Amino acid sequence: MSINPEEKIQFSPMHRLQWEEAQQKDVILYPEGMVELNQSSAEILKMCDGSRALDKIVSDLEEKFSTTGLKNDIIAFLDVALKNGWIKQN
Amino acid sequence: MAGSNKIKITPPRWLLAELTYKCPLQCPYCSNPLDYNQHSNEISTEDWKRVLSEARKMGAVQLGFSGGEPLTRSDLPELVEHARELGYYSNLITSGYGLTEEKILQLKEAGLDHIQVSIQASSQDLNDHIAGTESFHSKKEVARLVKKHGYPMVLCVVIHRENIHQMPEILAMAEELGADYLELANTQYYGWAHANRDLLMPTKEQYEKAEKIAQDFKEKVADKMKIYYVIPDFHESRPKACMNGWGTTFLTIAPDGVALPCHSARELPDLNCPNVNDYSIAEIWNESKAFNFFRGTEWMKEPCVSCDEKDKDFGGCRCQAYLLTGDMYATDPVCSKSPDNNVIQEAIASARASALSNDEKPLIFRNSKNY
Ligand code: SF4
Ligand code: SF4
Repeated sequence: MSINPEEKIQFSPMHRLQWEEAQQKDVILYPEGMVELNQSSAEILKMCDGSRALDKIVSDLEEKFSTTGLKNDIIAFLDVALKNGWIKQN
Repeated sequence: MAGSNKIKITPPRWLLAELTYKCPLQCPYCSNPLDYNQHSNEISTEDWKRVLSEARKMGAVQLGFSGGEPLTRSDLPELVEHARELGYYSNLITSGYGLTEEKILQLKEAGLDHIQVSIQASSQDLNDHIAGTESFHSKKEVARLVKKHGYPMVLCVVIHRENIHQMPEILAMAEELGADYLELANTQYYGWAHANRDLLMPTKEQYEKAEKIAQDFKEKVADKMKIYYVIPDFHESRPKACMNGWGTTFLTIAPDGVALPCHSARELPDLNCPNVNDYSIAEIWNESKAFNFFRGTEWMKEPCVSCDEKDKDFGGCRCQAYLLTGDMYATDPVCSKSPDNNVIQEAIASARASALSNDEKPLIFRNSKNY
């Protein structure tokens, strides 16, 4: 299973992404579990709102952080996220 | 005394709200205390709201509403709503008994995140026998409704000698119902399960066979169902890292407001577990004697004290040590290094003898008349 670049990516309705004040971190919550995210992973996941496909996520993040060359890292992380069920494509 | 103020205290992450000990079912492995009926007074809605707010402020984020049967509390939707406002990820741990579609919708609207339904077996006869109540069809219906209304569906089956042979059918049932998560919980021998141990504990061969079937299935369904397998610690050579360490992660509040570092801690002597009526959650978590008692490793005895694995399993479970050796400071007897390991071997042998005999005693069902 890997990301289809053509399709829009959406955060899983079976999980919740939320900022945790006490931990000063974004976390993913799901039945019986919690994953703590580092900042870059959290930024990528926040882009997965169902309105963007891969290229748009890359360009929006590169613009937001005024940088280039993020594509490979983003793909690698999205593949992991997909495998874990954190995001989905139709 | 045990406990030390040099230990760095981490905030609670999981709050288990045992709303009530009332339950229409009578499972003979229930982890509620045998004398649950003597703790029948329940704290109020306002008390629960305060508990939720205070624990959340400290950092608790996963919340389980359990019991007993939490649905017997009529203020459940109100508590769920409060939990949602606070940002908890909340889980209803239910037998499914009496859960209507209307209630499922109402709870969804209030902000409940998921529902864990327990089923006792894969056949009606056995389910209804174990539950002590006719409930098989309604449970399956509830599982379907949970799924239908967009909740992640967590199915929980407690495994013991009466149903372990149904492992293939249990797995098939979970798949058929579309479970997103399946918890296969090998019975832990506390509370009522301890009283019924000879009748509930499977033999080692039964465990091994069932585990193999579950593992193969786990791989097969990996992309649609997540399986949590709670290991049968009596057959291991090391104890479980109980509660991820005493007073590090988990906070349980019993129906009468008693705060417990683990849900069986009420059975331990001299802990004087504090009540939320008398103290704030921060005082309970940080300062109470009970929560500091087994924090860290200073309370330990040999062989744990000089063992290089003590930061891995924290010497095992305190309640199990007490229940089986009479000494709550002892090494969990499950550990092969424990001088009391023979009690585990004897328990296994005794359960096996009971399994082979043809005049087994009847199970003791969870029921206030049976204690
Ligand atoms: S284990 Fe059974 S009897 Fe005990 S609270 Fe749960 S459903 Fe009720
Ligand atoms: S001796 Fe104690 S610390 Fe060492 S493995 Fe056994 S239970 Fe764990």
